[in-house]
Amino acid sequence: MTDSSTAGTSTRPSAAKPKRSFLTQLEIDTRLLGMIGAFILVCLVFNVLTDGRFLTPRNIFNLTIQTVSVAIMATGMVFVIVTRHIDLSVGAMLATCSAAMAVTQTDLLPKMFGLGLGHPLTPWIAIAVGLVVGAFIGAFQGWLIGYLTIPAFIVTLGGLLIWRNVAWYMTDGQTIGPLDDTFQKFGGINGTVGETWSWVIGIIAVIVALWALWSSRRNKVNHEFPVKPLWAEALVGVVIAVGILGFVAILNAYEVPTARLLREFEARGEVMPDNYTAAYGIPYSVLLLIAIAIGMTVLAKRTRLGRYIFATGGNPDAAELSGINTRLLTVKIFALMGALVALSAVVASARLTNHSNDIGTLDELRVIAAAVIGGTALAGGIGTIHGAILGALIMQSLQSGMAMVGVDAPLQNIVVGAVLVLAVWIDIVYRRRTGGK
Amino acid sequence: MTPLVELKNISLSFGGVRAVDNVSLDLHPGEVVGLLGHNGAGKSTLIKILAGAYQMDEGEIWIEGKKVNIQSPRDARRHNIETIYQTLALADNLDAPSNLFLGRELTNRFGLVDDAQMEAETRKIMARLNPNFKKISEPVSALSGGQRQSVAIARAVYFNAKILIMDEPTAALGVHESKMVADLIKELKAQGLGIFLISHDTREMLDLCDRVSVMKNGALIGTEKVGDVTEDDILSMIIMGKARDAA
Repeated sequence: MTDSSTAGTSTRPSAAKPKRSFLTQLEIDTRLLGMIGAFILVCLVFNVLTDGRFLTPRNIFNLTIQTVSVAIMATGMVFVIVTRHIDLSVGAMLATCSAAMAVTQTDLLPKMFGLGLGHPLTPWIAIAVGLVVGAFIGAFQGWLIGYLTIPAFIVTLGGLLIWRNVAWYMTDGQTIGPLDDTFQKFGGINGTVGETWSWVIGIIAVIVALWALWSSRRNKVNHEFPVKPLWAEALVGVVIAVGILGFVAILNAYEVPTARLLREFEARGEVMPDNYTAAYGIPYSVLLLIAIAIGMTVLAKRTRLGRYIFATGGNPDAAELSGINTRLLTVKIFALMGALVALSAVVASARLTNHSNDIGTLDELRVIAAAVIGGTALAGGIGTIHGAILGALIMQSLQSGMAMVGVDAPLQNIVVGAVLVLAVWIDIVYRRRTGGK
Repeated sequence: MTPLVELKNISLSFGGVRAVDNVSLDLHPGEVVGLLGHNGAGKSTLIKILAGAYQMDEGEIWIEGKKVNIQSPRDARRHNIETIYQTLALADNLDAPSNLFLGRELTNRFGLVDDAQMEAETRKIMARLNPNFKKISEPVSALSGGQRQSVAIARAVYFNAKILIMDEPTAALGVHESKMVADLIKELKAQGLGIFLISHDTREMLDLCDRVSVMKNGALIGTEKVGDVTEDDILSMIIMGKARDAA
């Protein structure tokens, strides 16, 4: 619906078009398929170039946790760009949120409120502080843009300079760490759910996905809308199930190094049994990203707020004449962006185990690039959450792949820049061919 | 009988330009009142005040004998005023149901928008308005001018409008589609709606309207029953800017 997809054509009565192609029958967004194809191609090429080191469980695990921070922000950037705005301040906001959380947990809570280091409430209070700071900064910028009608480009360009250096003042430019142990669990390798829970989560996810497919079909049948053939529905279901379980299997195949296990047993004062192994499984940060992706997708497609965001992006005048308060909407979008930046800051600083002065530098460009590679149109009105996440994944794969191959750092950035431009050009050609906007 | 709408001494200036200058109009149930005039005569501005898109500087709006305060399109909708804008005001990236229900989405018991229900309702009303309309779930940018117009009209008539404002509803349409709109106007009129119609086509106006009002440079020149005037009378009012008696 709000997709840039051509899937809609297939809902015509089949009598009008007796021979429908395989893809139309599946009602799959060909654009999404193209992006998945590009991603697989990138992976395969790097796998060959690195003699099979790219597609190992270990590297896929690392790739996943490296993508999370940018991907979380990219989901919010979709809404910002869809409404024809831009946010150049996310990297700097990330630094401010990270600084606020680091100061809260290492300084404010222990010294002013007497919560000792390692107090169970510490990480949650810190995260709450980060969310409030992020949402507040975002809302303030949104107010400047929506109500004072200062262009988003200018407001957030100013924000880029301001928030980066507010963070500097808050910490005197120092690196603050180590962060709280529980807090660090959101970083990736330091917090995973383990093998068994990974399978449990994977199986629940499959059941929920299949139920969602089935209930959407039943809903269509109830309204006597055309549905796709059962075999197509089944094929989509199988692909989803294999995808989810395959992902879990890969993460579960990455085993914790023996030396680390030994240390863990020692710390608990136990002796490790012989031949003991354990796998990492799904990181908490990835679960957080998945939860955000689902939440943002529901918001985009199934809520009034999401509908208004896309309507405003498609035609701001029409949205206003339909009684939508587009100014307040702008505030909400930027506040949401700010809150997502805060969550991203949790993941980013937890992954580093500390807050450093340069955290999130250049993230605004990575986030915008991820959203745009993921099919978000800067002209507004078009973009998807899953596309942006896939865009972040493609960017990260390129970056780490080139690092593994040993491409020089300046050349890496040259390639990433060229890919961004190329991706947008392909997108323009694709939309022209399919008659989309 | 109480008029459905009374616009009393409405004025609105943009900068130094008096876009609407002390205009008074009324509209009765089951009546079509046409607004005529050159480009920039103030017709669209006047009806945008009634539709809530602009706020007047001076004047009063009365609906069914009560003075009302219309500050926004939402207020206008609350008084059962629906508007079909010249630009159609459609979000091109969304499909017909999303546009039809924009700002008034149907929701299910969880408060989520109920696309299936909205699609079903859209199919129902489209079957009545434009039986050829098939592209229900495509973005409206993929539709022809006439189909887009159908979506805009469907949006106005679906929500039990009492007062309908149509700004150039046939400007972008072919002969056949214009006739469909004309038939629809007659049908809605028979149902007791009051309609403000703006058009440049004087002949069409004389055919569809009960009364026509002519504006020039923001001011109302005069209002005439269509039975009392000829096309030439109207044209001279538009061009000369003088009421008929004076001419």
